[in-house]
Amino acid sequence: MTMKRRTALKLGVAAAAGLAAPRLALASDVVTIGAVAPKTGPLAGGSNVSHWPNIKLWSTQVNEAGGLNVGGTRKMVEVVEYDDQTNPGETIKAVQRLATQDKADFIVAPYGTGLNIAAAPLFDRYGYPQIAVTAITDQIDSLSSKFPGMFFTLGSTTAFASDVVNVLSKMRDEGTLTGNRIAMVNVADAFGIELAAAGRPLFEKAGFDIVYDTSYPLGTQDLSPVVKAAKAANPNAFIAWSYPPDTFGLTEQAVIEDLKVEAYYTAVATSFPAFGGRFAAAAEGILGAGGVNPDSEAFKAYAAAHEAVTGAKPDYWASATTYSSLQVLQQAIEAAGLDRDAVKEHIRSHSFDTILGDMSFKTHNNNEKYWTVGQWQDGVFHGVASTGRDGAKPVRVKHGWS
Amino acid sequence: MTSLEIRNLALAAIALAVAACLPLYGSDYLKSMGITVAMFTVLATSWALFSGPTHYISLATAAFFGVGTYTTGLGFETLPFWSLIAIAGVLGAVLAALVGLATLRLSGVYFVIFTLGLAELVRQVITWTQNMSGQKGLYVLTDLTEDQLYLMLVGLAALVYLTGWLIGRSRLGFALRIIGDDETVAAHSGINTATAKVLLFMVSGSVAAMTGAILAPRYVYIEPALAFAPILSFQVVIMALLGGVHRLWGPIVGVIPFTLIWETISVSFPSQVTLFLGIAFLVIVYFIPNGFVGLIEKARDWARKREGFA
Repeated sequence: MTMKRRTALKLGVAAAAGLAAPRLALASDVVTIGAVAPKTGPLAGGSNVSHWPNIKLWSTQVNEAGGLNVGGTRKMVEVVEYDDQTNPGETIKAVQRLATQDKADFIVAPYGTGLNIAAAPLFDRYGYPQIAVTAITDQIDSLSSKFPGMFFTLGSTTAFASDVVNVLSKMRDEGTLTGNRIAMVNVADAFGIELAAAGRPLFEKAGFDIVYDTSYPLGTQDLSPVVKAAKAANPNAFIAWSYPPDTFGLTEQAVIEDLKVEAYYTAVATSFPAFGGRFAAAAEGILGAGGVNPDSEAFKAYAAAHEAVTGAKPDYWASATTYSSLQVLQQAIEAAGLDRDAVKEHIRSHSFDTILGDMSFKTHNNNEKYWTVGQWQDGVFHGVASTGRDGAKPVRVKHGWS
Repeated sequence: MTSLEIRNLALAAIALAVAACLPLYGSDYLKSMGITVAMFTVLATSWALFSGPTHYISLATAAFFGVGTYTTGLGFETLPFWSLIAIAGVLGAVLAALVGLATLRLSGVYFVIFTLGLAELVRQVITWTQNMSGQKGLYVLTDLTEDQLYLMLVGLAALVYLTGWLIGRSRLGFALRIIGDDETVAAHSGINTATAKVLLFMVSGSVAAMTGAILAPRYVYIEPALAFAPILSFQVVIMALLGGVHRLWGPIVGVIPFTLIWETISVSFPSQVTLFLGIAFLVIVYFIPNGFVGLIEKARDWARKREGFA
């Protein structure tokens, strides 16, 4: 869309000048929204599912509705996109470029914990609000006091681990989980390590017995030894703090090995539509990180629009939250105008109506209503545990793999 | 000192002054470009100090750089920042010495593969430690500004140039040039080739680690996948080759245009950056195999010849 004009312009101008050419469009009639996230590199798989399509959907919808309502005038949204190649140095360069060369009015928060935090000092210096989505950390308090314009929407690491423990405790109380034996594995990378470290003491405190506890390196192709050893420990529940490739890999092996457990959990990417598509009936009853309320009218309308505009289905977790973060930004701009400090203050002090329900950031810039655990039920990934969200479904027992 | 040397020294001093004053006159955008240029100048020049004369292609830059960022990440709360840079330098040198002693007897492609594996090895060791201890990514929250980091890099660059210049004039530099031309001849002339190579490798490893230590506060969040990204090693090699590794000032002649090309590609083709970078690599290797320095020298020779005929 806008890319072609920019490309043609800049090929000529920038190649000669060697530097990014200043934007030629007059800033008064459009609101420039900057966006930087991986289009290539290790995190591109996730950001191409959960991040970029939502920016496209949101900007398309805003412009079809006649633009943003800024102080009574309608202004169209123009998105300037950059690829950071999953490299924090590039994220920093791109945010700098968006702020100083493209004169972006607002910038969408980057993708991933590391890249968000690398960009935080620059968002702070130029006064941009940074409504981070895919930045799950236990440092929310200290980060938001250091960077007062940084907001968190997806929750903390401990909340994710503790809700898994809660779900299992509840199953045990109800008698659907018939024992205390837990096999726990994690990918040896940032988020996997954090979740395992948070989960281990919580499981023990809740009276569970971790009968198998191991880790595997990021990018491990052959996960059959992991699943075989877990099976040999004869657990009642299998918990994997996993990343996209191994979420698929472990589940494939679990099907092959016919791992008999009453609860089976894999973390990131269990909520991807591709996961349900890949495992179909075998996915039934699998627990995973995230979730939404897919029965809510707001989510249904969102999912339909997402598919119509981008040609792909949203995932059942970060997609809707990313879109909601843009709704928050939009509502704050329409209420407070283009003054970035006023927008930040507005976000901090108000409540917003999003497709996930109401969202606010009143304590430590942290949204306190979010989904933590979901489960594949009848071909859809339903939220089964959350902090403060309505519509959680009862958890089902995992019955075999077909 | 000859008049030519005095002229070169004066030119270098002027260039350094212009670079050091960038925070005074540069826009924020120019400054952020400046920090990238300074970072790659330091890395590529120190890389070329070793790889230029010896023709050993090292892909270990990311390993040393990552060690430096972790030094800062682990120590910034307890130790003053300047001491961390020094510690990183020492750690980088020690790592380079260990690797050098083990591998510089290897030559050609074996050495390249080993250095490429080194970054991955160090990264996995750190990941393993984190996994054992439950330690997560490190948050390096400091009050250092981008200007300060930039000036430190420029200072480090000055140090690298000074070291390179001194080595070039020393017996060590002479020994390395002989090794590069023919290692067997060098050994037969009584040069301890292993020591010479290890010493130079230590210089380049130490500088890369210090660069990592300086830049850690800029990245704020340190985790293995980001600190040891292998692409860094390749960028450094490409930039140095684009400039030319036979002159001390060669790499910077590659770093500046390459940073600008990269920026132009990032701006103009945000969805195909990797593709166009790949094409840029091919074009560089195919059309300017001797780097810009080679082109400049060719042009000079040609101009001289013309004068001669006239």
